[in-house]
Amino acid sequence: MNFRAADYLPWLVIGLLALFPLVESTFYMQLLTKVLIMAIFAMSLDLLVGYTGLVSFGHAAYFGLAGYALALMAPQYEAVSLWWSLPAAVGICALFALVTGVLVLRTRGIYFIMVTLAFAQMLFFIFHDTKIGGGSDGIYIYVKPTMKSGEVELANLEKIEHFYWLVLALMAATFLLLRRVLGSTFGRALVGIKVNEHRMRALGFPVFRYQLASFTLSGALAGIAGYLAAVQYGFVNPEILSWHQSGAVLMIVILGGMGTLYGSVIGAFAFVLLQEILSNQAWFGAAAKHWQLALGIFIMLVALYLPQGLAGLLRQSGRKAAAETTDE
Amino acid sequence: MDFAFFLIQLLNGLQYGLLLFLVASGLTLIFGIMGIINLAHGSFYMVGAYLAWSLSAMTGSLTAAILLAIPLTVILGMGLERLLFRHLYQRDHLYQVLLTYGLILVFEELRSMIWGDDVHGVAVPELLNASIPLTDNLSYPVYRLAISGVCLLLAAALYFLIQKTRLGMMIRAGASNRDMVQSLGIDIKLIYTLVFALGIALAAFAGMINSPLSSVFPNMGSQVLIICFVVVVIGGIGSVKGAMAASLMIGLAETFGQVLVPEVAGTIVYVLMAIVLVWRPEGLFGKG
Repeated sequence: MNFRAADYLPWLVIGLLALFPLVESTFYMQLLTKVLIMAIFAMSLDLLVGYTGLVSFGHAAYFGLAGYALALMAPQYEAVSLWWSLPAAVGICALFALVTGVLVLRTRGIYFIMVTLAFAQMLFFIFHDTKIGGGSDGIYIYVKPTMKSGEVELANLEKIEHFYWLVLALMAATFLLLRRVLGSTFGRALVGIKVNEHRMRALGFPVFRYQLASFTLSGALAGIAGYLAAVQYGFVNPEILSWHQSGAVLMIVILGGMGTLYGSVIGAFAFVLLQEILSNQAWFGAAAKHWQLALGIFIMLVALYLPQGLAGLLRQSGRKAAAETTDE
Repeated sequence: MDFAFFLIQLLNGLQYGLLLFLVASGLTLIFGIMGIINLAHGSFYMVGAYLAWSLSAMTGSLTAAILLAIPLTVILGMGLERLLFRHLYQRDHLYQVLLTYGLILVFEELRSMIWGDDVHGVAVPELLNASIPLTDNLSYPVYRLAISGVCLLLAAALYFLIQKTRLGMMIRAGASNRDMVQSLGIDIKLIYTLVFALGIALAAFAGMINSPLSSVFPNMGSQVLIICFVVVVIGGIGSVKGAMAASLMIGLAETFGQVLVPEVAGTIVYVLMAIVLVWRPEGLFGKG
């Protein structure tokens, strides 16, 4: 693959995905919407795990917080405007990430993993035990947000293809934004911190501030995904904040291949489809009830035998193909 | 709050804290010595509780069930260490998180397939099924006191094992320099297997003795696991002493929280953790 093709490939994929509603409807479009939302969520985590070297096991906190923010801001039987509710939800996530970031970034390694998990659980219990968010039942979002310019409706999110295009556009925007950020001096410095924190500090980089900026951006982007997920499902409950959500997104990042961004998108495809296949009762009958057993074994195998993820496999086969062509 | 009521809550808090210590001490030992983050630690607590329930239904006695279940969990721990965890010692924490997370899903589904998804109660042993009257209408169950007593005994035994015996010396040496210990002719692999099995057995034992109080139910492990993470963070990784101090702190904070401010009780422990992080990021007894 030469450089030109690599530059255009993301646009090609996005373009093809944008055409999808023309050929398919309802079920597969909803599934694909879910994949794209998880891709945004996974990319936000890849910024932390793959580029900044911080393994967060509590990323569902920001995802769920944005969902709750939307549910609490939206009036019960009226539509809320996307133009202010999305930025507000993302802003809340950024703020929460900034505050928790100051605390969790005092720790490293195993501590960091446990502390991020603990803070996510704290949020889980706040929404689970108190009446703020309807307790364990959660809150319904009866009317989806509107996108209007003046009196003109730009998109009707009740229509699944409009919602799909919105999610796709935001996924593309997240991808391009992160690519820009990671290509900048700031992004290069993050990778430097991942590789050798002490050296970067000795070079005069404000390591803590860089990490905090990365943590905050990551939380904000996870908020976009959480907001969209809440819109798609039409309700939020504490499950959206649960540590299984954090585990799933970490799994997606590793499965796809961390530190590659596009790996997160591949991982989201693979993971959501795998979940869908394993829990398919038509194919596996009664065994489908215990699909998490197969998922658990799959996760363990990936951890043991596929540390570079699917993107790693692609690169390997790409290198092999390149080596063969030069041989000839 | 009158004195008898206060005393009951105090005893409950201590009992809960001591129970947390059994789970957290294994967790912190495995962290400290092998450098492994074990998310599946809570699953062993659950396995212990379910074994206690099903074996006591078979034998008719919780004591017999516990005596049967302990060797089973030790074998389980040794087997898993040989098969899985051994491959993770040199790997990044990220993969340890993933593998042990996968293990949780496997354990939960196996539990669902073998024992079903219902909640079950476990009977308190006949001999301990009594309570001590405190006032006219308040009394304290003997079984809870017995749990606290057993936990204290185990804590003392653990301290003795690690600080005073030859094996404990090897364990501590293995924690600081694995290669050096090995070249001195000590079988470090065997020591790792033993420590891992000990940690697993402690967690499972906690599940067993607490099963009459908590009953057994799906996902019971994850609740305990996350609280134990908080304990380990507050106490300092690898410090058994820290685990004891933090367990008691959390046990008391959560018990009194439930009584005094039930709405925010679930968050108190995390606020405690945040305070400790600001003040001493390496934990109360951690080495900086």
